[in-house]
Amino acid sequence: MELKLPIYLDNNATTPMDPRVLEAMLPYFVEKFGNAASRNHSFGWVAEEAVDYAREQVAKLIGADAKEIIFTSGATEANNLALKGVFEMYASKGNHIITCTTEHKAVLDACKHIEKMGGQVTYLEVKHDGLIDLEELEKAITDKTILISIMYGNNEIGVIQPIREISAIARKHGVLFFTDGTQAVGKVPVDVLADGIDLMAFSGHKMYGPKGVGALYVRRKNPRVKVTAQMDGGGHERGMRSGTLNVPGIVGLGKACELCMNEMEEEAKRLSTMRDRLENALMQVEEAYVNGNREHRLPHTTNISFKYVEGEGLMMGFNKNIALSSGSACTSASLEPSYVLKALGLGDDLAHSSLRFGLGRFTTDEQIDFTIEAITSSVLKLREMSPLWEMYKEGVDIDAIEWAHH
Amino acid sequence: MAYSDKVIDHYTNPKNVGTLDKAKTNVGTGLVGAPECGDVMRLQIEVDEASGLISDAKFKTFGCGSAIASSSLATEWLKGKTVDQALAIDNMDIVEELNLPPVKIHCSVLAEDAIKAAINDYRVKNGLAALTETAAH
Repeated sequence: MELKLPIYLDNNATTPMDPRVLEAMLPYFVEKFGNAASRNHSFGWVAEEAVDYAREQVAKLIGADAKEIIFTSGATEANNLALKGVFEMYASKGNHIITCTTEHKAVLDACKHIEKMGGQVTYLEVKHDGLIDLEELEKAITDKTILISIMYGNNEIGVIQPIREISAIARKHGVLFFTDGTQAVGKVPVDVLADGIDLMAFSGHKMYGPKGVGALYVRRKNPRVKVTAQMDGGGHERGMRSGTLNVPGIVGLGKACELCMNEMEEEAKRLSTMRDRLENALMQVEEAYVNGNREHRLPHTTNISFKYVEGEGLMMGFNKNIALSSGSACTSASLEPSYVLKALGLGDDLAHSSLRFGLGRFTTDEQIDFTIEAITSSVLKLREMSPLWEMYKEGVDIDAIEWAHH
Repeated sequence: MAYSDKVIDHYTNPKNVGTLDKAKTNVGTGLVGAPECGDVMRLQIEVDEASGLISDAKFKTFGCGSAIASSSLATEWLKGKTVDQALAIDNMDIVEELNLPPVKIHCSVLAEDAIKAAINDYRVKNGLAALTETAAH
């Protein structure tokens, strides 16, 4: 089969929707358009039935009960609802939250907001491999701690945190445990009971479902968890999230979860094989480094720094044909490279030189072959142009140079 | 963000990539930027002593496409100019020629700095006074 360009390898940013998901959604726009909250007629009943079915599909994927699923507009809203909702609901118990520096901005910025509201937040540093230190976590707990918020899988480097150990610590101290599961749900087995998760946010568009829909899992038993609504209105979703339900989106999220449930195991094997092949081939390039723990990692993600070339410059060599993302800062107005990579203790130079590969359901072996070739030749070409590479080859100690910062 | 055709052209076919012998007295070398900032430019000029014209210019750049294009363009412009004419190259000329968006203006500033640093190196090697701070940014 002829290779179709461009190739999409940015599946951690968003995934294409699976055509089977679209098919499931289509009747719910024009034909079955009812409001799931309309209790007095068949239009409403049809919509409600579809939502109930989707709720089952979603719950099943994560080992939850359907009643524990709160539909939201996406993971950002779910993250905000979990953090701010717990902070408000448990104010009488304490005001301290523990999170870590490599969380998604939706968590970090919600925590910043909570600090402004009088909360206290501890931001745990991560180790060089991106994992948190469990001893540090336990030491950070005080009698004011109400919540631990640690993500399941990281969006930039793909490392999977020791979720069961974290939840055991939380439980031991009577603290709730929330996890941002956006990158992990549908990619690796997540089981809220076995994993000891009290709240979890996730999103449709990271697992081949539609954008604009996500969910918050809120445990109902042992313990029964409640969050204060962050949006006032009709009291939908057991009063925790008002707003007319996005029926087609929810149907899509449900279908996406069902497909992940059925296909995850095989898909994860296929993706990790391809990812490893990509990674091993690119590691043949001199001075290439994988960022983050390679063992505890999402199957479809790798993050590699090619020393002495700048990420955005590198991407320009192939971004007509391959879509992926870089930890380089050159695209952002702040000129700051990825805070996640910096949190691993990477120097700015390595952070600027990083590429993130996010494989997905529709990635093929041919695409990986093309990518290996294109990235390798771009790195070599840019190194020919790089003064730092020349210095490195001449044995000059680049760190010893006094650079003029501006 | 889409790059202009001129940036893409300089990136794809960079002009004057390379290294001149920095030990020669008629070669001036400027190394500006910092790896932590994501941009390092090394720009070199070789001055023909008889005519006083810049006979050759080379660059190597660690940075984004706009930084590479800015330095490539700078070397093109430098060749055939006198040192004084070269000093007159302004970063906004580069911005205009390459259609750089506002977030990439720093790439052109860096190129101008690199030109001035190379000229400064040449001047100091040849017993001339270093450029004043303002002229060199």
